[in-house]
This record gives sequence, C-alpha cells and structure tokens, in this order.
Amino acid sequence: MFFRTAWLVLRKDVAIEAKSWEVLTTTLFFAVSCVLIFAFAFVKEGRPVEDAAAGILWIAIAFSGTLALGRTFERERYGETLRALLLAPAPRPALYVGKLMGMLALLGLAEMLLVPMVALMFQASLFSRPLLLVGLLAGGTIGFCAVGTLFAAMLVRARSRDVLLPILLYPIIIPVIIAGVRGTAALLGAEPDEPTAIMWIGILGAFDVVFVTLALWTFEPLMTE
Amino acid sequence: MRKAFGPLAAITGLMFAGAPFMVARAPYESSMGLVQKIFYFHVPSWFAMFTAIGVCGVASLFHLFKTSPRADRIAEAAGEIAVLFGLMGLVTGPLWGRKAWGVWWIWDAKLTIALLLEMTFISGILVRKYGGPGSDKLAAAVGIFGLAVVPFVYQAVNIWRTIHPLTSVVPTLPATMGGPFWFCVAAYMLLLVVLLMMRVNLGKRQAALDELYLAYED
Repeated sequence: MFFRTAWLVLRKDVAIEAKSWEVLTTTLFFAVSCVLIFAFAFVKEGRPVEDAAAGILWIAIAFSGTLALGRTFERERYGETLRALLLAPAPRPALYVGKLMGMLALLGLAEMLLVPMVALMFQASLFSRPLLLVGLLAGGTIGFCAVGTLFAAMLVRARSRDVLLPILLYPIIIPVIIAGVRGTAALLGAEPDEPTAIMWIGILGAFDVVFVTLALWTFEPLMTE
Repeated sequence: MRKAFGPLAAITGLMFAGAPFMVARAPYESSMGLVQKIFYFHVPSWFAMFTAIGVCGVASLFHLFKTSPRADRIAEAAGEIAVLFGLMGLVTGPLWGRKAWGVWWIWDAKLTIALLLEMTFISGILVRKYGGPGSDKLAAAVGIFGLAVVPFVYQAVNIWRTIHPLTSVVPTLPATMGGPFWFCVAAYMLLLVVLLMMRVNLGKRQAALDELYLAYED
C-alpha cells in the first residue's frame, strides 16, 4: 500500500511533467543562467578562481532546486490537487515519498546536464573520480529535496509562500551545501583528495537519514488543517 | 510560576548589577589583557541561546503533535529569545575579534554556526509574521528542524580550521576566572527564564484579547 501510493504519486507527477516539460525546462534554463552569472563573478583574466566550479555547481543546484520545488507545488495548489491527495485514504508519508521521488528525478535530470556543463566551462576535472562525484551529488540532492519537499508542501497554504520557501529552506540546508562544495572541491585538485570526499559523503548520508526520518515523521501533523 | 516572577526578576537585576564588579576584579588574561573580559558576557549569551533553541525545539515538537496553544506560546517566546541572545553574541563577538584577531569577522567554524542558527530562528519569526493562518505549525517545523540541524552545522563547519577558542577551555578556567564566569552564566540563565515568562505571559494575553474581540463580533 505504502510503496504503491508513493509510486502512483510519482507516476502522476511524471505524467504531468512529460506533457508540458514546464518545470524541467524552466529549471534547466534557470540553472544555466545561474552558472553564467557566477561565471562573470568568479573568472579572472579568462581563468576561473580556484575551486569556483564546486561552488558554482552547488549554488546552481540549490537555486534551481528551489525554483522547481515552488513550481511543482504551485501546480498542485492551482488545481487544488494537493487537497484531493490528502483526502485520499492513503498513508500520508507515502504522499511525501512520492513527491520526494519526483523532485529527485527532476533535479537528477537537471544535474545530468549541469555537471558536464560546469566541468567543460570551468576546466574542472569533475569526472576524475566519477563514483565519488555521484555519491556527493546523490547525498546532497537527497538532503536538499528531503527538507525542500516538506517545506514546500507545508507552505502551500501559507501566505507569501514564494518568498518564505527560500527563507526557511536555506539556513537548514546549509550543511548540505557546505558538504557538497567542500567534497566536490576535494575532487578538483590535480591529486583528488579521496578521504576528504568520502568523509563529506558520510556527513551527507547522516544528514539524509536524519532529515528524511524527521520529514516522514512530521509530514502528517504538518499537513493536517 | 506567576508568584516566582517578581523575586526572580529582582535577583536577575541584582546579579546583572553585580556582574561588572565581579568581572572587573577577575585577573587579566595573559595574552589578550583587558579585551578578554568581554568573554564573561560573550560566552554566557551563547549558553543562553543554545538553551533557548532546545526549549523552542521541544515545545515545537509538543505543539506539532499535540496542538497545545501553551506549547506554541513557549516555542514562540523561546524562538524570539534565541534570536535576542544570538544577537548579543554576534555583537560582542566581533568586538572581541577586532581586538584579538584584528578583523571584525572571519569565516571561522563557530562564527558560521552562530550566524546560521541566528538566521534559522529569524526565519521562524518571519514565518509567524508573514505566513498567515496556520503559520504556528510552520514555525513549529522550523523550530524542530532548527534543533535537529545544530549537530550537523557543528560537525560541518568544525572540520574547517578554527582560530576561535575551543569550548574545552571552559572547564580548565582557573578559579579566579571561573567564579565570575559561572556567575555570569547563572545571571544569563535567570535572564532567559525571566524573559521567557514575560513573553509567554504576553502571548497568553494576546490570545485572550483576540478571543474577546471574536466574542464581541459574534
């Protein structure tokens, strides 16, 4: 029942997205614009500042992720479908898991374009340890989406939700950004610093476990009106 | 609790009046001299902030699962007080840093944590103010997540190199410094309790007033 509900919610979101590609295309475009803006800030005489690629990559993920979260739930609010979902006799945490999977799929797709782009444009050797990079990206994206999905869902019925989402979300997910940026920067040098990257992946993993659990636990009372 | 408020407030006032004399009589620290004396107010304000964060987190949990207006008022009060004590630490810290390190601010571990927690609890106040109806539950989520994030911020930023004194200096303080220090800590904790009681009472009266307005309109 639980996994079936989560799967159905995910399938619904994918089906809606596959019809319009609205959220994915706007998110990708926004992420690329972010990279461009930061390129102007962190490039000196044609060469990027040291470690800038790691920071730019994670800023682009966080900013475009916030945009995607807002858009996804705005769509639910507009159609009053979130209320319908909550009325359904299904376990509430399963709805959360379904939405979380949808967000992960969306950001994962965006990262598939974003990461090679940053690597090419900033001459960053991001792919020297592909497995560690995937670990960092997965850990960071799960952590970001775990908190982000819960906050975006609970803000659906709040006033000024557009501005409140980043305000509430960023201070909480800063550890994710720190771990992501430091871990990615460790992979960038001429000699990739594997132990450091692995340590940051560990911190990201612990963060993910704690915050997914916390979100599953608080989703039900937070979504009750 | 009501009856205890007057005496508690008086004791707190007396302790804060006496604290400067205790601090003045404490010995000079060997390398920093006079500047180090800000320590007696800087560190206790962080102790008080972390206590307030703990109170806010626990009260938020209680409110979220049991929907208790009383717990909500405590969470609201503790959240605001955490911001207040955080602000004290963020003002006294750079004053000390300017003299001891030569700069107002560095991106050091402890300073980053402090700023982040301050931001988190300010966001809790903002969501209460601008979130509209039902924002008490949203603020409760911020309180819980704010408490849960503390160990992660601590761990994440602690791995950077740090020039901030370690927390382990506190138990090793000589008695001549430890006496005034723990006196200030006690004063700050009492201040925390007094402020919390005042703010909770204010919230209670606001709620009572709102109810009266509603009853009058009906």
